[in-house]
Amino acid sequence: MNTITNVSRRSFLQGALSAGALVLSVRFVPEALWAADTPSGSRADQAALHPHVYVGVDTDGTVYIIAHRSEMGTTSRTSLPLVLAEELDADWSRVKVQQAIGDPRYGSQDTDGSHSIREFYEPMRQAGATARLMLLRAAAQQWGVPEAECATDPHVVVHKTSGKKAGYGELATAAATFPVPKKNELKFKPQSAWRYVGKGQASYDLEDICTGKAKFGMDARVEDMVYASIEHPPVLGGKLKSFDEKGPLLVKGVRQTVVIDPFTPPHHFQPLGGIAVIADNTWSAMKGRQKLKAVWDDGPHAVYNSDQYKKELQKAARQPAKAARNQGDVDTAFAQGGKVIEAEYYVPHLAHASMEPPVALADYRDGKVTIWASTQNPQAVQEVVSEKLGVPKENVTCHVPLLGGGFGRKSKPDYAAEAAILSKKVGRPVKVVWSREDDIRFDYYHTVSAMYMKAALGTDGLPTAWLQRSVFPSIGSTFNVNGTAAGAGELQQGWTDLPFNIPNMRAENSGAAAHLRIGWLRSVANIYHCFAAQSFADECAHAAGRDSLEYLLALIGPSRIVDVKKSAPDYPNYGGSLETYPIDTARYRHVIEVVAEKSGWGNKNLGKGQGMGIAVHRSFLTYVATVVQVEVNDQGELRIPRVDTAVDAGLIVNPEATRNQFEGAAVFGTSLARFGEITATHGVVDQSNFDSYPVSRMNEAPYRTNVYIVESSAPPAGVGEPGVPPFAPALCNAIFAATGKRVRELPLSRAKLGA
Amino acid sequence: MVQLKVNGVQRSFDGEPDMPLLWYLRDVLALTGTKFGCGMALCGACTVHQNGKAIRSCITTMQRAAGSEIRTIEDIAVNGLHPVQKSWMEVNVPQCGYCQSGQIMQAISLLNEKQKPTDEDIDDGMSGNICRCGTYQRIRAAIKAAGGERA
Repeated sequence: MNTITNVSRRSFLQGALSAGALVLSVRFVPEALWAADTPSGSRADQAALHPHVYVGVDTDGTVYIIAHRSEMGTTSRTSLPLVLAEELDADWSRVKVQQAIGDPRYGSQDTDGSHSIREFYEPMRQAGATARLMLLRAAAQQWGVPEAECATDPHVVVHKTSGKKAGYGELATAAATFPVPKKNELKFKPQSAWRYVGKGQASYDLEDICTGKAKFGMDARVEDMVYASIEHPPVLGGKLKSFDEKGPLLVKGVRQTVVIDPFTPPHHFQPLGGIAVIADNTWSAMKGRQKLKAVWDDGPHAVYNSDQYKKELQKAARQPAKAARNQGDVDTAFAQGGKVIEAEYYVPHLAHASMEPPVALADYRDGKVTIWASTQNPQAVQEVVSEKLGVPKENVTCHVPLLGGGFGRKSKPDYAAEAAILSKKVGRPVKVVWSREDDIRFDYYHTVSAMYMKAALGTDGLPTAWLQRSVFPSIGSTFNVNGTAAGAGELQQGWTDLPFNIPNMRAENSGAAAHLRIGWLRSVANIYHCFAAQSFADECAHAAGRDSLEYLLALIGPSRIVDVKKSAPDYPNYGGSLETYPIDTARYRHVIEVVAEKSGWGNKNLGKGQGMGIAVHRSFLTYVATVVQVEVNDQGELRIPRVDTAVDAGLIVNPEATRNQFEGAAVFGTSLARFGEITATHGVVDQSNFDSYPVSRMNEAPYRTNVYIVESSAPPAGVGEPGVPPFAPALCNAIFAATGKRVRELPLSRAKLGA
Repeated sequence: MVQLKVNGVQRSFDGEPDMPLLWYLRDVLALTGTKFGCGMALCGACTVHQNGKAIRSCITTMQRAAGSEIRTIEDIAVNGLHPVQKSWMEVNVPQCGYCQSGQIMQAISLLNEKQKPTDEDIDDGMSGNICRCGTYQRIRAAIKAAGGERA
């Protein structure tokens, strides 16, 4: 099996390599050689079996590395190629990163779930080590010396005995004639020799971003393209009865209107349907659309009224529900008495509101479609476009420019399908631009949830029994018309994985009907589950008359591995094995202890209206403890002068990017805790832009967030999402410490914090 | 016919006079460094300079831009990186980067008015520019660093 190919002729590299150059390309993790060595069933395994991530070494020494994951601000486009460059022993300044098109042969490209580094760290370093060994062997043969006498310095192979050197570019042609080494032949660098991993590099696109040259999905252009603005049915599943296009057609620059058919349930990633106004520029399309007169049949979801729905959720949360985890005997323990406390929590729908609204450009010609989409999931673009246009998936080419934020919204490519449908109907390339109002009113929303909590405290103040119950419409409703019940993937997130050392514990859940499109939003179900559990832990501490942080450590109990499968057999552990990624209370304890020390917990003289709150959480296999400090004045105005957060995410490739993610998570957490609320009236979403759906501005965000990365020898875990969940409860616990007011419903803009 | 100067080049526009400058820059001139975020002057992603002052191009019609000098992010580094761009890179401000053209244009305008802005000045000057990734503390640090370099 020859895994070496001349990639200069392949579309993957888009002609980047010089013509006629002999180029080494390693198709990494060759299936026949290595498949037996990889654990089966994981996403890494899928990547290993469909290996088409490329590294190319050009004869001028330029190293091309394919980034196959989407870049939306988490630096996966920098950090994964950096892992490859490390083991290749490449000089990073001579590396060119090429963005992959959507292709299942890359393995998963769905850039969500905080798993880019976790799933692809190993494959990338194997690819780098493979290419390095082939270059080294080429040099050894050229010099007629044993391979063992050769080593590498950045971008050169060195003969240790004679001091002879040969650059990677000079060796590329010869190296390409060698067979791909077997995995057991590879030699990885010792950690002490690492130049990049653990030290990091600035984003590959940093200068382009700061000079306005970076190309985002919004910036895609092709010749002869036209622009579309789409009027969607105001209520999910609504259908067009009639419309009048006279108004739009009078607007200068408007060419035509095109009807997009409604979806067949379940909505999945299908377009919502509606009327597109096609014009010569974005403004004319938007202006024309305002003059459109449409009459809709709203359909069954017009019954959705958030005020009423909230009461129903809260009522359901007070009723017994299905146990997702059951340990000991909660009912008997409650019957034995103790100090019983109960509380109810509520978190509304949220919208993603990435700065770049959904946008895609599609060009349909002769049964083939080329798409430039701001997408976290280019293979899903291929799938939905293929399905909607009736063309084979291979005939759908999806380019992935930079994303102006994603947060989970852009894993759902409905807008890319809209562009493809329109291009086919119009006979030209069409760019679909969603307005901010479209983005807020037609999102795949974070769900809405009600939680009920009950504990019985023993004489030491610690719970003898703990019951928690959540009720929310599931993400499953997006994929299944009957998908009301929560999946294990949602329940694992801060519910069935509770690490507290309590003998009798039950985590319950019941489903609810969905009336909006429900989807993933940065850290997903962890947001509301963590808010309830970590707020309630603080309430228990207060009821027990104990310090919040000391009590939290006592709740977690001694260092141990939590045998979660025993009481929650369905627990999926974010797709990671429990052997590699156990629920380890020592790591919870450690991040709490670090943040306690760094934040000065218990040692600060806090004035009137000031307070500190703590929360700890494990999500996406990463452990995070966060302390928030607040000031609340008599008018109830809130300031967040300081946040301290300690992170154990295992091996960190890019520490600076990691700090950036956790600083950003504190702001994201501030937004959702202070302002985040989507509501509906008669099925129509009430919010539409940053006036009615505010997100944190500079003067509302934490003034300073300090991030402490814990040294860890554990395998890499996620960093994009895990900073979000503990923020809201830590903030509300701080507000309680400062004011004595317990916030059990978000957002805070609805609470009265004043004296 | 609207006459205006964009990045030093004289331009004339015979389209709809109520078209916002943003879409003229992006769709007609292909100056895509200036971004669309909200269309209502709520987020600042579209910030450009009109006669040296930061404005929101999404609500500035071509009529109102007539006769003025417009400068966009593309023109800032023509003679090498601007000190604000340099400090943005040193502090490693961006995450996704989409709002950063607008943030940088706003920061340059702020520093032109006040060389060494206080925290309050920075809050006042920058709170109209939203960053959903949450890079605010790095923006603040970069503005302070750039202010120091200019002093």
